[in-house]
Amino acid sequence: MTLLGISGLEVFYGAVCALRDVTLSVGQGEIVALIGPNGAGKTSLLMAVAGIVKPRAGRIDFDGAELRDKQPEAIVAAGIAQVPESRDVFTKLTVHENLLIGASLRSDRAAIQADIERIEALFPRLAERRKQPAGLLSGGEQQMLAIGRAMMSRPRLLMLDEPSLGLAPVVTDAVFETIAGLQASGTTILLVEQNSERALSICHRAYLISAGAMVAGGTPDEIHAAGTVDAAYFGLMSNATGTQP
Amino acid sequence: MIIVQYLIDAASVGGLYALTALGIGLIFGVIGLVNFAYGEYIMMGAYVILLSVGFDWPVVILFMLVYVTAMALLSELLVFRPVRNADPSTLMIVSFGLSYMIQYIYVMLFGSLTRTVNFLPLVNQAIEVGGVRIAGVNLLQISATLILTVALASFIKFTKLGYQMRAVSENPRMARMVGVNIHRVVAAAFVTSAVLAVTVSALFITQTGSMTPFFGTSLTLIGFVATVIGGLGSLVGCALGGFLVGFATTLLQLMLPPDLQPFRDAFVFAAVILVLLLRPGGLIVLSSNQERV
Repeated sequence: MTLLGISGLEVFYGAVCALRDVTLSVGQGEIVALIGPNGAGKTSLLMAVAGIVKPRAGRIDFDGAELRDKQPEAIVAAGIAQVPESRDVFTKLTVHENLLIGASLRSDRAAIQADIERIEALFPRLAERRKQPAGLLSGGEQQMLAIGRAMMSRPRLLMLDEPSLGLAPVVTDAVFETIAGLQASGTTILLVEQNSERALSICHRAYLISAGAMVAGGTPDEIHAAGTVDAAYFGLMSNATGTQP
Repeated sequence: MIIVQYLIDAASVGGLYALTALGIGLIFGVIGLVNFAYGEYIMMGAYVILLSVGFDWPVVILFMLVYVTAMALLSELLVFRPVRNADPSTLMIVSFGLSYMIQYIYVMLFGSLTRTVNFLPLVNQAIEVGGVRIAGVNLLQISATLILTVALASFIKFTKLGYQMRAVSENPRMARMVGVNIHRVVAAAFVTSAVLAVTVSALFITQTGSMTPFFGTSLTLIGFVATVIGGLGSLVGCALGGFLVGFATTLLQLMLPPDLQPFRDAFVFAAVILVLLLRPGGLIVLSSNQERV
Protein backbone atom coordinates (compact mmCIF):
# COMPACT_ATOMS: atom_id res chain seq x y z
CA MET A 1 0.00 0.00 0.00
CA THR A 2 1.37 3.39 -0.97
CA LEU A 3 1.72 5.78 1.95
CA LEU A 4 3.41 8.66 0.16
CA GLY A 5 2.93 9.21 -3.55
CA ILE A 6 4.62 11.99 -5.48
CA SER A 7 3.98 12.56 -9.16
CA GLY A 8 5.20 15.14 -11.65
CA LEU A 9 6.73 17.26 -8.90
CA GLU A 10 8.45 20.47 -10.00
CA VAL A 11 10.21 22.85 -7.66
CA PHE A 12 11.75 26.16 -8.68
CA TYR A 13 13.74 28.69 -6.70
CA GLY A 14 13.07 31.79 -8.77
CA ALA A 15 14.13 30.82 -12.27
CA VAL A 16 16.32 27.97 -11.07
CA CYS A 17 14.81 24.54 -11.44
CA ALA A 18 15.53 22.28 -8.45
CA LEU A 19 13.24 19.37 -9.33
CA ARG A 20 11.76 18.43 -12.69
CA ASP A 21 8.93 15.94 -13.16
CA VAL A 22 9.84 13.77 -10.19
CA THR A 23 7.66 10.77 -9.45
CA LEU A 24 8.14 8.34 -6.59
CA SER A 25 6.23 6.32 -4.05
CA VAL A 26 6.90 5.10 -0.54
CA GLY A 27 4.95 2.07 0.61
CA GLN A 28 3.63 1.51 4.12
CA GLY A 29 6.39 0.08 6.34
CA GLU A 30 9.19 0.48 3.79
CA ILE A 31 12.58 2.10 4.04
CA VAL A 32 13.02 4.03 0.81
CA ALA A 33 16.31 5.75 0.08
CA LEU A 34 16.77 8.82 -2.07
CA ILE A 35 20.36 8.98 -3.24
CA GLY A 36 22.28 11.25 -5.53
CA PRO A 37 25.11 13.77 -5.57
CA ASN A 38 25.21 17.11 -3.83
CA GLY A 39 22.71 19.58 -5.25
CA ALA A 40 20.63 16.90 -6.95
CA GLY A 41 17.43 18.19 -5.33
CA LYS A 42 17.03 15.60 -2.58
CA THR A 43 16.56 18.15 0.19
CA SER A 44 14.20 20.20 -2.00
CA LEU A 45 12.02 17.12 -2.35
CA LEU A 46 11.79 16.64 1.42
CA MET A 47 11.11 20.36 1.92
CA ALA A 48 8.31 20.20 -0.64
CA VAL A 49 6.73 17.25 1.19
CA ALA A 50 7.07 19.09 4.51
CA GLY A 51 5.28 22.12 3.06
CA ILE A 52 8.23 24.48 3.48
CA VAL A 53 8.84 24.84 -0.27
CA LYS A 54 5.80 25.31 -2.50
CA PRO A 55 6.04 23.17 -5.67
CA ARG A 56 5.23 24.75 -9.02
CA ALA A 57 3.55 21.62 -10.30
CA GLY A 58 2.77 18.03 -9.37
CA ARG A 59 0.91 16.10 -6.73
CA ILE A 60 1.94 14.98 -3.25
CA ASP A 61 -0.46 12.46 -1.75
CA PHE A 62 -0.16 11.09 1.76
CA ASP A 63 -2.45 8.28 2.81
CA GLY A 64 -4.92 9.26 0.11
CA ALA A 65 -5.02 12.99 0.90
CA GLU A 66 -3.44 15.79 -1.16
CA LEU A 67 -0.75 17.60 0.83
CA ARG A 68 0.40 20.22 -1.63
CA ASP A 69 -1.30 23.34 -0.33
CA LYS A 70 -1.18 22.46 3.33
CA GLN A 71 0.75 24.38 5.98
CA PRO A 72 3.81 22.69 7.55
CA GLU A 73 2.06 22.18 10.88
CA ALA A 74 -0.91 20.51 9.15
CA ILE A 75 1.51 18.16 7.42
CA VAL A 76 3.02 17.22 10.80
CA ALA A 77 -0.51 16.64 12.04
CA ALA A 78 -1.17 14.36 9.05
CA GLY A 79 1.69 12.13 10.27
CA ILE A 80 4.92 13.24 8.60
CA ALA A 81 7.98 14.25 10.61
CA GLN A 82 11.36 15.36 9.35
CA VAL A 83 14.92 15.24 10.65
CA PRO A 84 16.55 18.01 8.59
CA GLU A 85 20.06 17.90 7.25
CA SER A 86 21.34 20.57 9.63
CA ARG A 87 19.48 18.75 12.45
CA ASP A 88 18.19 22.12 13.62
CA VAL A 89 17.78 21.16 17.24
CA PHE A 90 16.73 24.21 19.23
CA THR A 91 20.11 24.98 20.77
CA LYS A 92 18.77 27.24 23.52
CA LEU A 93 16.07 24.85 24.63
CA THR A 94 16.98 22.02 26.95
CA VAL A 95 17.17 18.47 25.65
CA HIS A 96 13.91 17.74 27.45
CA GLU A 97 12.18 20.77 25.93
CA ASN A 98 13.38 19.74 22.47
CA LEU A 99 11.60 16.42 22.94
CA LEU A 100 8.49 18.08 24.36
CA ILE A 101 8.24 20.52 21.46
CA GLY A 102 8.18 17.56 19.09
CA ALA A 103 4.83 16.71 20.66
CA SER A 104 3.42 20.21 20.11
CA LEU A 105 0.32 18.88 18.37
CA ARG A 106 -0.46 16.31 21.05
CA SER A 107 -2.18 16.88 24.36
CA ASP A 108 -2.10 13.38 25.87
CA ARG A 109 0.30 14.17 28.72
CA ALA A 110 0.74 10.65 30.02
CA ALA A 111 1.47 9.23 26.57
CA ILE A 112 3.90 12.07 25.83
CA GLN A 113 5.79 11.30 29.04
CA ALA A 114 5.83 7.59 28.13
CA ASP A 115 7.22 8.42 24.69
CA ILE A 116 9.95 10.59 26.22
CA GLU A 117 10.94 7.71 28.48
CA ARG A 118 11.00 5.36 25.50
CA ILE A 119 13.26 7.73 23.54
CA GLU A 120 15.53 8.22 26.55
CA ALA A 121 15.81 4.46 26.86
CA LEU A 122 16.77 4.30 23.19
CA PHE A 123 19.32 7.13 23.55
CA PRO A 124 20.62 7.03 27.15
CA ARG A 125 22.89 10.05 26.48
CA LEU A 126 19.81 12.21 26.08
CA ALA A 127 18.54 11.15 29.50
CA GLU A 128 21.87 12.09 31.08
CA ARG A 129 21.78 15.53 29.52
CA ARG A 130 18.07 16.17 29.94
CA LYS A 131 18.42 19.59 31.60
CA GLN A 132 21.23 20.91 29.41
CA PRO A 133 20.77 23.25 26.47
CA ALA A 134 20.79 21.18 23.29
CA GLY A 135 23.49 23.46 21.87
CA LEU A 136 25.98 21.76 24.19
CA LEU A 137 25.41 18.31 22.69
CA SER A 138 27.90 16.71 20.31
CA GLY A 139 26.97 16.26 16.65
CA GLY A 140 25.95 12.64 17.18
CA GLU A 141 23.88 13.48 20.22
CA GLN A 142 22.16 16.29 18.31
CA GLN A 143 21.31 13.79 15.60
CA MET A 144 19.82 11.45 18.21
CA LEU A 145 17.86 14.36 19.65
CA ALA A 146 16.58 15.42 16.22
CA ILE A 147 15.39 11.86 15.58
CA GLY A 148 13.84 11.67 19.04
CA ARG A 149 12.11 15.02 18.55
CA ALA A 150 10.67 13.85 15.22
CA MET A 151 9.44 10.62 16.85
CA MET A 152 7.58 12.65 19.48
CA SER A 153 4.86 13.54 16.96
CA ARG A 154 4.29 9.78 16.46
CA PRO A 155 4.78 10.07 12.70
CA ARG A 156 3.73 7.39 10.26
CA LEU A 157 6.37 8.63 7.82
CA LEU A 158 9.77 9.77 9.07
CA MET A 159 11.96 11.66 6.60
CA LEU A 160 15.66 11.79 7.43
CA ASP A 161 17.97 14.12 5.52
CA GLU A 162 21.62 13.02 5.51
CA PRO A 163 21.58 11.51 9.00
CA SER A 164 25.22 10.41 8.70
CA LEU A 165 26.55 13.83 7.68
CA GLY A 166 29.52 14.84 9.78
CA LEU A 167 29.25 11.90 12.17
CA ALA A 168 32.03 9.52 13.15
CA PRO A 169 31.65 6.06 11.54
CA VAL A 170 30.78 4.40 14.84
CA VAL A 171 28.07 7.03 15.48
CA THR A 172 26.78 6.57 11.95
CA ASP A 173 26.44 2.84 12.70
CA ALA A 174 24.33 3.63 15.73
CA VAL A 175 22.13 6.02 13.72
CA PHE A 176 21.52 3.43 11.01
CA GLU A 177 20.74 0.79 13.62
CA THR A 178 18.17 3.18 15.06
CA ILE A 179 16.62 3.73 11.65
CA ALA A 180 16.30 -0.02 11.14
CA GLY A 181 14.78 -0.31 14.61
CA LEU A 182 12.21 2.41 13.90
CA GLN A 183 11.18 0.65 10.71
CA ALA A 184 10.87 -2.64 12.58
CA SER A 185 8.48 -0.96 15.01
CA GLY A 186 6.25 0.13 12.15
CA THR A 187 7.43 3.58 11.05
CA THR A 188 7.83 4.14 7.32
CA ILE A 189 11.17 5.77 6.44
CA LEU A 190 12.19 8.05 3.59
CA LEU A 191 15.95 8.39 3.82
CA VAL A 192 18.04 10.92 1.93
CA GLU A 193 21.71 10.02 1.74
CA GLN A 194 24.78 11.04 -0.16
CA ASN A 195 26.51 7.98 1.22
CA SER A 196 24.84 5.68 -1.30
CA GLU A 197 26.50 2.42 -0.19
CA ARG A 198 25.26 2.98 3.31
CA ALA A 199 21.76 3.82 2.16
CA LEU A 200 21.52 0.92 -0.27
CA SER A 201 22.58 -1.51 2.46
CA ILE A 202 19.58 -0.64 4.61
CA CYS A 203 16.72 0.26 2.25
CA HIS A 204 14.09 -1.86 0.51
CA ARG A 205 13.95 0.36 -2.52
CA ALA A 206 15.91 3.37 -3.70
CA TYR A 207 15.61 6.25 -6.12
CA LEU A 208 18.61 7.87 -7.74
CA ILE A 209 18.18 11.53 -8.46
CA SER A 210 20.58 13.81 -10.30
CA ALA A 211 20.39 17.46 -11.37
CA GLY A 212 16.76 17.65 -10.31
CA ALA A 213 15.55 14.65 -12.31
CA MET A 214 14.87 11.02 -11.47
CA VAL A 215 17.56 8.81 -12.99
CA ALA A 216 16.70 5.36 -11.71
CA GLY A 217 14.54 3.58 -9.21
CA GLY A 218 14.21 0.06 -7.87
CA THR A 219 15.62 -2.38 -5.37
CA PRO A 220 19.23 -1.86 -4.28
CA ASP A 221 20.28 -4.75 -6.56
CA GLU A 222 18.52 -3.23 -9.55
CA ILE A 223 20.16 0.12 -8.91
CA HIS A 224 23.56 -1.54 -8.68
CA ALA A 225 22.92 -3.56 -11.84
CA ALA A 226 21.92 -0.47 -13.79
CA GLY A 227 25.34 0.93 -12.93
CA THR A 228 23.94 4.41 -12.80
CA VAL A 229 25.09 5.36 -9.31
CA ASP A 230 28.70 5.99 -10.21
CA ALA A 231 27.65 7.70 -13.40
CA ALA A 232 25.35 10.07 -11.53
CA TYR A 233 27.97 10.82 -8.91
CA PHE A 234 30.85 11.31 -11.29
CA GLY A 235 29.04 13.32 -13.91
CA LEU A 236 28.91 10.69 -16.65
CA MET A 237 25.22 11.21 -17.09
CA SER A 238 25.26 11.39 -20.87
CA ASN A 239 26.19 7.71 -20.96
CA ALA A 240 23.69 6.58 -18.39
CA THR A 241 20.31 5.44 -19.57
CA GLY A 242 17.65 6.38 -17.07
CA THR A 243 15.36 3.58 -16.01
CA GLN A 244 12.21 5.10 -14.62
CA PRO A 245 10.37 2.98 -12.05
CA MET B 1 17.43 61.20 53.42
CA ILE B 2 17.85 62.75 50.01
CA ILE B 3 19.56 59.55 48.91
CA VAL B 4 16.56 57.45 49.91
CA GLN B 5 14.23 59.88 48.16
CA TYR B 6 16.40 59.66 45.07
CA LEU B 7 16.45 55.88 45.11
CA ILE B 8 12.67 55.64 45.39
CA ASP B 9 12.10 58.16 42.62
CA ALA B 10 14.67 56.48 40.41
CA ALA B 11 13.32 52.98 40.98
CA SER B 12 9.82 54.24 40.27
CA VAL B 13 10.73 55.96 37.00
CA GLY B 14 13.03 53.08 36.14
CA GLY B 15 10.22 50.59 36.73
CA LEU B 16 8.03 52.35 34.19
CA TYR B 17 10.83 52.33 31.65
CA ALA B 18 11.64 48.71 32.43
CA LEU B 19 8.05 47.64 31.76
CA THR B 20 8.07 49.53 28.47
CA ALA B 21 11.36 47.92 27.50
CA LEU B 22 10.01 44.44 28.37
CA GLY B 23 7.05 44.85 26.01
CA ILE B 24 9.34 45.94 23.18
CA GLY B 25 12.00 43.34 23.97
CA LEU B 26 9.51 40.47 24.02
CA ILE B 27 8.21 41.14 20.50
CA PHE B 28 11.73 41.70 19.23
CA GLY B 29 12.87 38.47 20.82
CA VAL B 30 10.14 36.33 19.32
CA ILE B 31 9.84 37.66 15.75
CA GLY B 32 12.72 40.15 15.39
CA LEU B 33 10.27 43.02 15.00
CA VAL B 34 11.31 46.42 16.35
CA ASN B 35 7.78 47.62 17.05
CA PHE B 36 7.67 51.42 17.07
CA ALA B 37 3.90 51.26 17.39
CA TYR B 38 4.32 49.87 20.90
CA GLY B 39 3.99 53.37 22.38
CA GLU B 40 0.65 53.68 20.63
CA TYR B 41 -0.68 50.68 22.56
CA ILE B 42 0.20 52.65 25.69
CA MET B 43 -1.37 55.84 24.30
CA MET B 44 -4.57 54.04 23.25
CA GLY B 45 -4.84 52.61 26.76
CA ALA B 46 -4.67 56.14 28.17
CA TYR B 47 -7.60 57.29 26.01
CA VAL B 48 -9.62 54.33 27.24
CA ILE B 49 -9.15 55.77 30.74
CA LEU B 50 -10.31 59.16 29.46
CA LEU B 51 -13.44 57.66 27.92
CA SER B 52 -14.35 55.48 30.88
CA VAL B 53 -14.46 58.21 33.51
CA GLY B 54 -17.16 57.30 35.98
CA PHE B 55 -16.52 53.56 36.00
CA ASP B 56 -14.75 51.87 38.91
CA TRP B 57 -11.05 51.35 38.36
CA PRO B 58 -11.18 47.55 37.93
CA VAL B 59 -13.73 48.03 35.15
CA VAL B 60 -11.52 50.67 33.55
CA ILE B 61 -8.52 48.32 33.65
CA LEU B 62 -10.68 45.59 32.12
CA PHE B 63 -11.76 47.93 29.29
CA MET B 64 -8.11 48.81 28.71
CA LEU B 65 -7.04 45.17 28.61
CA VAL B 66 -9.78 44.23 26.15
CA TYR B 67 -9.23 47.23 23.87
CA VAL B 68 -5.42 47.30 23.84
CA THR B 69 -5.18 43.51 23.42
CA ALA B 70 -7.62 43.68 20.52
CA MET B 71 -5.60 46.49 18.91
CA ALA B 72 -2.31 44.64 19.39
CA LEU B 73 -3.79 41.49 17.83
CA LEU B 74 -5.30 43.47 14.96
CA SER B 75 -1.98 45.16 14.22
CA GLU B 76 -0.28 41.75 14.16
CA LEU B 77 -2.99 40.21 11.97
CA LEU B 78 -3.48 43.05 9.47
CA VAL B 79 -0.10 44.74 9.41
CA PHE B 80 2.76 42.59 10.68
CA ARG B 81 1.72 39.09 9.62
CA PRO B 82 1.60 39.92 5.89
CA VAL B 83 5.23 41.13 6.06
CA ARG B 84 6.43 38.43 8.48
CA ASN B 85 9.20 37.21 6.19
CA ALA B 86 10.43 40.64 5.13
CA ASP B 87 13.80 41.81 6.38
CA PRO B 88 14.05 43.57 9.75
CA SER B 89 14.42 47.08 8.32
CA THR B 90 11.19 46.68 6.33
CA LEU B 91 9.43 45.48 9.46
CA MET B 92 10.69 48.54 11.34
CA ILE B 93 9.49 50.96 8.64
CA VAL B 94 6.09 49.25 8.65
CA SER B 95 5.86 49.72 12.40
CA PHE B 96 6.80 53.43 11.97
CA GLY B 97 3.95 53.76 9.50
CA LEU B 98 1.51 52.06 11.85
CA SER B 99 2.64 54.28 14.71
CA TYR B 100 2.01 57.50 12.75
CA MET B 101 -1.28 56.22 11.42
CA ILE B 102 -2.61 55.48 14.92
CA GLN B 103 -1.36 58.81 16.26
CA TYR B 104 -3.13 60.82 13.59
CA ILE B 105 -6.32 58.79 13.85
CA TYR B 106 -6.30 59.81 17.51
CA VAL B 107 -5.63 63.44 16.54
CA MET B 108 -8.72 63.25 14.33
CA LEU B 109 -10.79 61.74 17.13
CA PHE B 110 -9.56 63.72 20.13
CA GLY B 111 -7.55 66.66 18.79
CA SER B 112 -3.90 67.17 19.50
CA LEU B 113 -4.30 69.17 22.71
CA THR B 114 -3.50 67.72 26.09
CA ARG B 115 -6.42 65.99 27.78
CA THR B 116 -6.41 65.40 31.51
CA VAL B 117 -8.02 62.79 33.68
CA ASN B 118 -7.87 62.05 37.38
CA PHE B 119 -7.22 58.32 37.57
CA LEU B 120 -6.78 56.58 40.93
CA PRO B 121 -6.36 59.86 42.89
CA LEU B 122 -5.95 57.98 46.17
CA VAL B 123 -2.90 56.10 44.95
CA ASN B 124 -1.32 59.35 43.89
CA GLN B 125 -1.36 60.86 47.36
CA ALA B 126 2.05 60.96 48.91
CA ILE B 127 2.75 60.04 52.47
CA GLU B 128 5.74 61.46 54.20
CA VAL B 129 7.86 59.06 56.21
CA GLY B 130 10.80 60.63 58.01
CA GLY B 131 11.27 63.32 55.42
CA VAL B 132 10.87 60.99 52.45
CA ARG B 133 7.84 61.46 50.22
CA ILE B 134 6.43 58.22 48.91
CA ALA B 135 3.41 58.18 46.66
CA GLY B 136 1.39 55.00 46.33
CA VAL B 137 1.98 55.08 42.62
CA ASN B 138 5.74 54.88 43.20
CA LEU B 139 5.30 51.70 45.20
CA LEU B 140 2.91 50.37 42.57
CA GLN B 141 5.41 51.04 39.84
CA ILE B 142 8.25 49.34 41.65
CA SER B 143 6.22 46.31 42.67
CA ALA B 144 4.49 45.95 39.29
CA THR B 145 7.88 45.92 37.61
CA LEU B 146 9.30 43.29 39.93
CA ILE B 147 6.22 41.08 39.76
CA LEU B 148 5.76 41.32 35.99
CA THR B 149 9.46 40.79 35.25
CA VAL B 150 9.54 37.65 37.38
CA ALA B 151 6.20 36.45 36.00
CA LEU B 152 7.30 37.00 32.41
CA ALA B 153 10.65 35.31 32.94
CA SER B 154 8.92 32.29 34.54
CA PHE B 155 6.34 32.17 31.77
CA ILE B 156 9.10 32.06 29.14
CA LYS B 157 11.12 29.53 31.08
CA PHE B 158 8.55 27.08 32.36
CA THR B 159 5.44 26.97 30.17
CA LYS B 160 4.71 25.24 26.87
CA LEU B 161 4.01 28.57 25.17
CA GLY B 162 7.26 29.81 26.69
CA TYR B 163 9.49 27.16 25.14
CA GLN B 164 7.54 27.46 21.90
CA MET B 165 8.32 31.19 21.90
CA ARG B 166 12.01 30.45 22.42
CA ALA B 167 11.90 27.90 19.61
CA VAL B 168 10.18 30.33 17.21
CA SER B 169 12.75 32.94 18.18
CA GLU B 170 15.62 30.63 17.33
CA ASN B 171 14.35 28.88 14.21
CA PRO B 172 10.80 29.64 13.04
CA ARG B 173 10.98 27.24 10.08
CA MET B 174 12.00 24.28 12.23
CA ALA B 175 9.38 25.24 14.80
CA ARG B 176 6.71 24.89 12.11
CA MET B 177 8.23 21.58 11.01
CA VAL B 178 7.67 20.11 14.47
CA GLY B 179 4.08 21.32 14.46
CA VAL B 180 4.30 24.57 16.43
CA ASN B 181 1.46 26.88 15.43
CA ILE B 182 3.62 29.93 14.83
CA HIS B 183 0.67 32.32 14.44
CA ARG B 184 -0.64 31.34 17.85
CA VAL B 185 2.78 31.79 19.45
CA VAL B 186 3.24 35.23 17.90
CA ALA B 187 -0.29 36.21 18.91
CA ALA B 188 0.53 35.18 22.49
CA ALA B 189 3.59 37.43 22.40
CA PHE B 190 1.47 40.37 21.21
CA VAL B 191 -1.13 39.73 23.93
CA THR B 192 1.61 39.65 26.57
CA SER B 193 3.11 42.88 25.28
CA ALA B 194 -0.37 44.45 25.30
CA VAL B 195 -0.78 43.53 28.97
CA LEU B 196 2.56 45.22 29.70
CA ALA B 197 1.44 48.28 27.71
CA VAL B 198 -1.78 48.50 29.73
CA THR B 199 0.24 48.38 32.95
CA VAL B 200 2.52 51.17 31.77
CA SER B 201 -0.46 53.17 30.57
CA ALA B 202 -2.36 52.89 33.85
CA LEU B 203 0.70 53.76 35.94
CA PHE B 204 1.72 56.64 33.70
CA ILE B 205 -1.74 58.21 33.66
CA THR B 206 -2.13 57.75 37.41
CA GLN B 207 1.07 59.68 37.88
CA THR B 208 0.79 62.42 35.26
CA GLY B 209 -2.96 62.56 34.62
CA SER B 210 -2.44 63.98 31.14
CA MET B 211 -2.20 62.64 27.60
CA THR B 212 -1.81 63.67 23.98
CA PRO B 213 -1.93 61.40 20.94
CA PHE B 214 1.85 61.73 20.83
CA PHE B 215 2.96 60.81 24.33
CA GLY B 216 3.59 57.17 23.40
CA THR B 217 6.50 58.10 21.17
CA SER B 218 8.78 59.38 23.91
CA LEU B 219 8.07 56.30 26.02
CA THR B 220 8.81 54.03 23.04
CA LEU B 221 12.06 55.84 22.47
CA ILE B 222 13.11 55.44 26.09
CA GLY B 223 11.97 51.83 26.00
CA PHE B 224 14.21 51.25 22.99
CA VAL B 225 17.15 52.93 24.60
CA ALA B 226 16.67 50.68 27.63
CA THR B 227 16.38 47.62 25.39
CA VAL B 228 19.53 48.49 23.48
CA ILE B 229 21.52 49.30 26.60
CA GLY B 230 20.39 46.00 28.06
CA GLY B 231 21.83 44.22 25.04
CA LEU B 232 18.91 43.92 22.63
CA GLY B 233 17.32 40.58 23.12
CA SER B 234 17.51 39.50 26.73
CA LEU B 235 14.41 40.13 28.80
CA VAL B 236 16.29 40.52 32.05
CA GLY B 237 18.67 42.87 30.22
CA CYS B 238 15.66 44.92 29.03
CA ALA B 239 14.35 45.31 32.57
CA LEU B 240 17.77 46.24 33.96
CA GLY B 241 18.32 48.66 31.07
CA GLY B 242 15.02 50.32 31.91
CA PHE B 243 15.98 50.73 35.54
CA LEU B 244 19.35 52.12 34.50
CA VAL B 245 17.83 54.77 32.24
CA GLY B 246 15.42 55.64 35.04
CA PHE B 247 18.28 56.07 37.51
CA ALA B 248 20.28 58.15 35.03
CA THR B 249 17.31 60.38 34.27
CA THR B 250 16.52 60.95 37.92
CA LEU B 251 20.15 61.55 38.79
CA LEU B 252 20.52 64.14 36.02
CA GLN B 253 17.34 65.85 37.23
CA LEU B 254 18.98 66.11 40.61
CA MET B 255 22.46 67.17 39.55
CA LEU B 256 21.90 69.44 36.56
CA PRO B 257 21.78 73.16 37.23
CA PRO B 258 18.20 74.44 36.88
CA ASP B 259 19.01 76.21 33.61
CA LEU B 260 19.95 72.92 31.98
CA GLN B 261 17.14 70.78 33.39
CA PRO B 262 14.81 71.30 30.42
CA PHE B 263 17.52 69.72 28.28
CA ARG B 264 17.88 66.68 30.49
CA ASP B 265 17.00 64.22 27.77
CA ALA B 266 19.85 65.50 25.61
CA PHE B 267 22.23 64.39 28.35
CA VAL B 268 20.47 61.05 28.74
CA PHE B 269 20.78 60.29 25.03
CA ALA B 270 24.37 61.55 24.93
CA ALA B 271 25.11 59.03 27.67
CA VAL B 272 23.38 56.34 25.61
CA ILE B 273 25.52 57.12 22.55
CA LEU B 274 28.61 57.00 24.71
CA VAL B 275 27.59 53.62 26.14
CA LEU B 276 27.00 52.20 22.69
CA LEU B 277 30.30 53.54 21.38
CA LEU B 278 32.14 51.89 24.22
CA ARG B 279 30.06 48.71 24.37
CA PRO B 280 28.26 48.07 21.09
CA GLY B 281 26.78 44.86 22.46
CA GLY B 282 24.99 46.66 25.28
CA LEU B 283 26.06 47.57 28.75
CA ILE B 284 24.75 44.54 30.53
CA VAL B 285 26.30 41.32 29.36
CA LEU B 286 24.66 38.36 31.02
CA SER B 287 24.93 34.76 29.99
CA SER B 288 21.23 35.02 29.22
CA ASN B 289 22.09 37.64 26.59
CA GLN B 290 22.81 34.72 24.36
CA GLU B 291 19.11 34.07 24.35
CA ARG B 292 16.92 36.33 22.31
CA VAL B 293 13.91 35.73 24.48
